[in-house]
Amino acid sequence: MARTIVVTSGKGGVGKTTTSAAIAMGLAQRGNRTAVIDFDVGLRNLDLVMGCERRVVYDFVNVITGEASLNQALIRDKRCDDLYILPASQTRDKDALTREGVAKVLDELGKTFDYIVCDSPAGIEHGATMAMYFADDAIVVTNPEVSSVRDSDRMLGILASKSRRAENAEEPIREYLLLTRYAPERVAKGEMLSVDDVQEILSLKLLGVIPESADVLDASNKGEPVILNQQSDAGQAYADVISRYLGDEVPHRFLEARKKGLFGRLFGG
Amino acid sequence: MSAIQPAENEPFELKASAITLPVLRLFDTDMDRIGERLSHKIDQAPDFFHNAPIVIDLSALKSGDATVDFALLVGLIRGMGMIPVGVQGGNELQNEAAEMLELAILGNGGERKTRPRPKPKPRVGANAGDGDNGSGGLLVTRPVRSGQRLYARGGDLVVTAAVSSGAELFADGNIHVYGALRGRALAGVNGNASARIFCRKLNAELVSIAGRYKVSDSISREHWGDTVQIYLVDNRLIVEPV
Repeated sequence: MARTIVVTSGKGGVGKTTTSAAIAMGLAQRGNRTAVIDFDVGLRNLDLVMGCERRVVYDFVNVITGEASLNQALIRDKRCDDLYILPASQTRDKDALTREGVAKVLDELGKTFDYIVCDSPAGIEHGATMAMYFADDAIVVTNPEVSSVRDSDRMLGILASKSRRAENAEEPIREYLLLTRYAPERVAKGEMLSVDDVQEILSLKLLGVIPESADVLDASNKGEPVILNQQSDAGQAYADVISRYLGDEVPHRFLEARKKGLFGRLFGG
Repeated sequence: MSAIQPAENEPFELKASAITLPVLRLFDTDMDRIGERLSHKIDQAPDFFHNAPIVIDLSALKSGDATVDFALLVGLIRGMGMIPVGVQGGNELQNEAAEMLELAILGNGGERKTRPRPKPKPRVGANAGDGDNGSGGLLVTRPVRSGQRLYARGGDLVVTAAVSSGAELFADGNIHVYGALRGRALAGVNGNASARIFCRKLNAELVSIAGRYKVSDSISREHWGDTVQIYLVDNRLIVEPV
C-alpha cells in the first residue's frame, strides 16, 4: 500500500513544486518506487522542474476521463528508474479533477508504488483540496514570513477537517513543516522570522530547513531536481529531509549565518 | 364552549400560525455601528423592545455574500434585552453560520427552504479524547488553526493547545485556552454575562463576553502576552492577570 504525501502551502511561490520534485527524486533514489503527480491543472510546472516537458503525451486529466491508461500517461524519469511523473493538463479546467477520478488513479498507483507525492496548486480552491483529500502525510512548505505562516496555518486547519482521514475519523494526517528560502543572515538582522518563531506559531514537527540558494532557481531552469546537486546547500538540506522523513535522526543544518573563512575575510565576500 | 376543541388524549396540537415579528434589516456588517445605532433606537422605546423576538434580515446587505459575525450580533441583540429568533434572506454560508448559533432559517416571503440536512460533520480539530466532556462543553487538544471555528454549545470550551490568529472560538459558557490565544474568543454568546475567558498567553485578535467586545488594538498593552482572565463588570470588559 502506497503512502500518499501532499506537498502544500496555501500561499504561492514558496517552493512547493521544487520541494515535490526534490522529495520524489530523493525517495526514488533510495530505492522506493515513487510517483509524483502535478495537481496544478491549467498551470502545470512540475514537468519543467523535472525536465520531462518534451516527453508529455497524456496527462492526469486524460487518465481521469479514460482517454488514456495510467501506464500511457506516466513518464519514467531518465535519471532514476524508480521515479515516475504524472503531469497536469495545460488545457483543461481544474474542475476536470473529480474526487472519484482522483481516487481511482491513486488506488491504481497504490498497487505498485511505495510513495505517491502530490504537488498541490496554491490556494485553497478545488485543485488544492483534491491534492490533500487522500493524503496520509502532509508536508507544509512555508517561507519565514508572516503571510506564508498564516496561510500554512489555514492549510493545516483544512487538512485537519476536510481530508478523507478526518471525514472517516481515522488517524489524522501526519503533518510536517518544511521551511524554505531561509536566509540566516536576514534572520540575524531581524528581517525574517526565525525557525523558532515559525515553530512557535505553527507547533509542527520540523522536517527541514532549506536555505535560500541560487542553486534552486538554477536547478529549476535546467529541469534537474535540486536534490541531485549535492554540492549545494539546498540539495544537501533536501537529502536530510528525506532521511528525517524516513525516520532517521539528522541534525538540522544551515540555520546559522555562515562564518566567513580566511579567504572570505581577506578578499571580502 | 371554548373555540378550541382539544382532541382526546392529545397533549398538544401542531398548527401553522402567522405572527408578525420585528425585523432587523442589515445594510452593513459593521457591528460597531450597528450596536451604536441599535442602542440609540432602543433607548427611545425600551419597553417595546424588552424581550421582543426579532428576525435578522440579510437580503438588503450591500455586499450580498458578506460575512456576518453572528456571534457578535446575537450577543449584541441579547445584550439589549431582545431575543434573536432567526435569519432570513441569507446565502448558504450565512445560513450555516446562523445555524451554528441556533438561529432558525426563515424562508423568504413564505417560501420554505427544504434544504437536505447536511450529514453531521466530525468536529473540527477532533482528536482521540476530544469532544463533549459530558457537560455540554467541548475539549480540544490539537492547535486550533486559522480559519477553524469551534462552538461549545451550552457549555465551556477548553483548548489545551494554541489558538492561531484567524481562528474563532465560541462558547455559551467560559473559554479556557491553555496555550497562546492569538485568534478570537467569544464567551457567553447566548447572552451569559457571567461567562469568562481564561488564557495562558493573551495575544487575541478579539475577545467578547455576551456581545461586549474588545479588539486587539483596544486591549491594554499592560497585559499583552500575560496569563489573564477576562470578565464583565457593569458591561465593561475587565482584563486581569491570574
